[in-house]
Amino acid sequence: MALKIVKGSIDRMFDKNLQDLVRGIRNHKEDEAKYISTCIDEIKQELKQDNIAVKANAVCKLTYLQMLGYDVSWAAFNIVEVMSSSKFTYKVKIGLYAHVWICQEIGYISQYDTGVALTGLSCFVTPDLARDLANDIMTLMSHTKPYIRKKAVLIMYKVFLKYPESLRPAFPRLKEKLEDPDPGVQSAAVNVICELARRNPKNYLSLAPLFFKLMTSSTNNWVLIKIIKLFGALTPLEPRLGKKLIEPLTNLIHSTSAMSLLYECVNTVIAGHDVNGSPFLPPFSLALFLFLRFQLCVQKLRILIEDSDQNLKYLGLLAMSKILKTHPKSVQSHKDLILQCLDDKDESIRLRALDLLYGMVSKKNLMEIVKKLMLHVDKAEGTTYRDELLTKIIDICSQSNYQYITNFEWYISILVELTRLEGTRHGHLIASQMLDVAIRVKAIRVFAVAQMATLLDNAHLMTGNVQRKGICEVLYAAAWICGEFSEHLENPMQTLEAMLRPKVATLPGHIQAVYVQNAAKLFATLLKNQEGNTDRTAAQETSQLMIDRLPLFVQSANLEVQERASCILQLVKYIQKLQQKDVEVAEEVIALFAGELNPVAPKAQKKVPVPEGLDLDAWINEPPSESESEDEQPKAIFAKEEPKHSRARHTEVDEKELAKRREARKQEQANNPFYIKASPSSQKVYQEAPGVEHIPVVQIDLSVPLKVPGLPMSDQYVKLEEERRQKERVEKKKKEKKKRKEKRGGRGKKHDSGPESEEDITPAHMVDIVTEEMPLADSEKLPVRSHRAAEALKSPAEDGDAESPASQEPKKKSSKEKREKKKDKDGDRKVSVKNGNPTRETALWMYIYGAEIDIQGNLQDGSQVVVSVIFENKCDNFLKTMEFNVLDSLNSKLQRPEGSGPHDGLSVPFQLPPGVSNEARFVFTMQSIVMPQKLKGTLTFIIKNEDSSTHEKLDFKLHFTCSSYLITTPCYSDAFAKLLESGDLKCSSVRLEGVNMPFHHLLARICFHHHFSVVERIDSCASMYSRSIQGHHVCLLVKTSGQTVSIDAKCDEPTLLGNVLDEIKQTFSQC
Amino acid sequence: MYKNSINFMLLFSRQGKLRLQKWYVPLSDKERKKISRDLVQTILARKPKMCSFLEWRDLKIVYKRYASLYFCCAVEDQDNELITLEIIHRYVELLDKYFGSVCELDIIFNFEKAYFILDEFLLGGEAQETSKKNVLKAIEQADLLQEEAEAPRSVLEEIGLT
Repeated sequence: MALKIVKGSIDRMFDKNLQDLVRGIRNHKEDEAKYISTCIDEIKQELKQDNIAVKANAVCKLTYLQMLGYDVSWAAFNIVEVMSSSKFTYKVKIGLYAHVWICQEIGYISQYDTGVALTGLSCFVTPDLARDLANDIMTLMSHTKPYIRKKAVLIMYKVFLKYPESLRPAFPRLKEKLEDPDPGVQSAAVNVICELARRNPKNYLSLAPLFFKLMTSSTNNWVLIKIIKLFGALTPLEPRLGKKLIEPLTNLIHSTSAMSLLYECVNTVIAGHDVNGSPFLPPFSLALFLFLRFQLCVQKLRILIEDSDQNLKYLGLLAMSKILKTHPKSVQSHKDLILQCLDDKDESIRLRALDLLYGMVSKKNLMEIVKKLMLHVDKAEGTTYRDELLTKIIDICSQSNYQYITNFEWYISILVELTRLEGTRHGHLIASQMLDVAIRVKAIRVFAVAQMATLLDNAHLMTGNVQRKGICEVLYAAAWICGEFSEHLENPMQTLEAMLRPKVATLPGHIQAVYVQNAAKLFATLLKNQEGNTDRTAAQETSQLMIDRLPLFVQSANLEVQERASCILQLVKYIQKLQQKDVEVAEEVIALFAGELNPVAPKAQKKVPVPEGLDLDAWINEPPSESESEDEQPKAIFAKEEPKHSRARHTEVDEKELAKRREARKQEQANNPFYIKASPSSQKVYQEAPGVEHIPVVQIDLSVPLKVPGLPMSDQYVKLEEERRQKERVEKKKKEKKKRKEKRGGRGKKHDSGPESEEDITPAHMVDIVTEEMPLADSEKLPVRSHRAAEALKSPAEDGDAESPASQEPKKKSSKEKREKKKDKDGDRKVSVKNGNPTRETALWMYIYGAEIDIQGNLQDGSQVVVSVIFENKCDNFLKTMEFNVLDSLNSKLQRPEGSGPHDGLSVPFQLPPGVSNEARFVFTMQSIVMPQKLKGTLTFIIKNEDSSTHEKLDFKLHFTCSSYLITTPCYSDAFAKLLESGDLKCSSVRLEGVNMPFHHLLARICFHHHFSVVERIDSCASMYSRSIQGHHVCLLVKTSGQTVSIDAKCDEPTLLGNVLDEIKQTFSQC
Repeated sequence: MYKNSINFMLLFSRQGKLRLQKWYVPLSDKERKKISRDLVQTILARKPKMCSFLEWRDLKIVYKRYASLYFCCAVEDQDNELITLEIIHRYVELLDKYFGSVCELDIIFNFEKAYFILDEFLLGGEAQETSKKNVLKAIEQADLLQEEAEAPRSVLEEIGLT
């Protein structure tokens, strides 16, 4: 085996690669066929080897040979084998090689194709691919077509990233591209070098002069921005560059109208200074230089911030915050502007402004800024922003140990004011600030205690509202401060009362606990004060108050509160006893809380010496030995593996069990009338089983003929209907007038009276007949029939004019023809009525009622089409033995009962007494539905009167349009998008000019006549879907602008699509 | 992780449905889903009057709404927001020119074209062609090619290059 591999690799050294092959073919111009046949033999040998690389090489060569026109189908298996190899590189390489070679060999058929290959490559460059393709792409960088050069240059960047070694050989060529005559290539090169320089600026310093030239000459803002960015990266390395750049940058800042460029310049200037803060200019010029620089930048930024555009404002503030870091002074002068931004309607801008303010405060302006902010707190809507303001105020004030606060009374009152905020979450933050300030600033305690006592007094304001839950944290601080520094209290008794109010029990547990504890402290202070007096009763009353109120807390559900309360209650009871014996207890009680709490510096712990003999690094217990754990490891592996299997089995069982339970639950839910069932979401179904078959097909179950099933925009029909009725009414009026003129004798009145009104109610039936495509189910025959009768009665009176609505549906030639026939008959009938000659009467009306699709048949058999035909007897005689026959074509056949020949007629299973109509349905079998069909047919029948019977014959044509093979199928937009993404649909499009109707009418028309449903509609653009009986998907995108309607269509069957589009076009060409 | 100026581009509807996504950095499917879900939510929650930039993770998000569609780009920290906005706008212009008053449904229906236009305009996260005319020319040519020579295309498709 090993030997074989070695042999294989040695063989490989002598293998031809693709390049050799091509060279070889060129060199053997005279005996190409012979040369190739030897090559093919070699390839065959190579394919037999185990080495996949060899095979890949062979397949590479094969692809080239195939392109030259040689048959390589014998190697199909090997190609598939290589393609399926794990190394994707081979596939791509084969593809790309194939590609590049086509382009180079067959005379650049398409630069765009190579472009596609390169674009594709950009998505999946791997280090392997990068290494293998670096050379090829480098060659493409000098392609004759700028289009390819541009792409190759950009791809090179990806290659460099994946395979940095390629950079060195490619760099000179890349540099060349900076001066490419094509601006696209040039900008691509600038792009790539800029990106590279950003990663490693040092290597690109040598290019600075070139870029400098570009910067001063280029007018393309895209390129300029990149160059400026590049210089931004280079300046820190070469200080002299910064000096040189000032002028062109300043010029640009002054002259450009492009905000993006301006922003980039300003940013670079700021950032540039950021990095090389060290002076590289002589001191005097440095000062001037910096001054100019920032004056200009800040000035420009001010323009940005003052702009009405939110985006510029935001960026201006962002840049300001960058300047702020190095030059707070130059920003501080724009305080007014930034404070203005706090009023902005955009929250992100306000937050940016807040950030800036944080850095801008000084001792001088702190109060002013905070005052402004407090105003905003009051106005601010939305709790998040208000909370943000609150934290910012506290941040601003407390930053670097309250550095900027000169007056702490002011700060305490700010904090107290903040407690009035509705619904803030930051109660604890305020509380901790209060505690911090009260503890650390001794001078403020008197004031703080007074404020806190007021807070405690008004505690009901905070606890009353549920919304203010967060703020009651403040009470924690208030109670603690009042208790701890109770000696400063003006009216301790009142505060004690406030702390022991029953309402306190509604506060959170931890606050109650502080209340109880601090009530005890207060009590101690009170005792001390009161015992100093001569009147002892006051002290006893205080004890009594404690004993009265504390039991409430003893009952608390909170352990902490309970414990403290019962402890203190017992203590007070004991004190009371002593008091009754006139013992002075105050000193002892106060000793309970003696000692002052001092602030401790964060680093204080360091100053505490480590006690002797304590080694902090030594282990207290022996650490677990490592060898032990190593010994255990193999065991653990086995231990792990075993249960894994059992677990897997276990889950399997579980899954089954789960499924069972799920099923049971579903059953239960189905039976439970109170359970709201999930509507079957088509989306989910789709996801579970991908594939277009799963677009939901709604069973069409018709009870009323006019309802088109599943159409989401049924109201459009109503509109369409209304419009049409209106039109008809007008026409009818005209006709009536005409009629009256013509038939003054009152003839035909009989027809007028009844049917006229009938028509008013059911005008749509006209459409029914004429379109020949209304879906019909068995159940609906009767109502239709009666209307039809009325229709038929009426139409002779209206003569040919009755057809006028028909002109809207002109695409059915056959129906026209038939109508002509009908007209003839009408004429006959009229004559017969007049003359009273019964023999002349033929009079059978036949409506081809629509190539309606048999729904049941559709599911199992997509080739069946049901045609419903209405027969109506218009004469006074009995019609019988009707026979319906159609001349079958190759594609479509009338389904005849078994045993009958292919030319036999089908007998209509009923007879027609005078004036009666009935419907018969005939099933046709279609092989292909992609083309419209016309079938010729005849109907024979016998007219029977009292004494004789005559044979009659009626010829007709059946027209099956492609639209009639489509079924309205609703489709959800997700499923629609998935279908389109599947990518195997063919595209076609059509433009309709001069369509003058509202868009929704247009859509309704397409829905109605061509059985589409609207998937989504946005303004004057709509996507539609339909499905043929054989499951072809037809997708439309309809757009209008002015009178032009463009319809883009996709379908998996191009012929069908073409025909449907033609039909749609015809529908609209006649309106 | 290597750097790009544009890390990814997303198009989504007001309802939060992703209409087009282009990733210029290698990310797993799961990450992509998470990122797009996150971003769509964040952006849809923003009020219409707000500015087009937001900081998100360590990236800057630049987005803009056109009719019912949001266009959203994620760029690196040092990148220029305004030029990114320009890129988005340029892409919209290209779509508009190509489709003729572009609409969300165009992008669903002719999504491959939308991708193609994007590919002609941006390559590997960098703007490759700043001239609208050139991009449209390239696309027209490619359309012609597609009609003329389905065959070589399908070969490419088989190999997985398109």
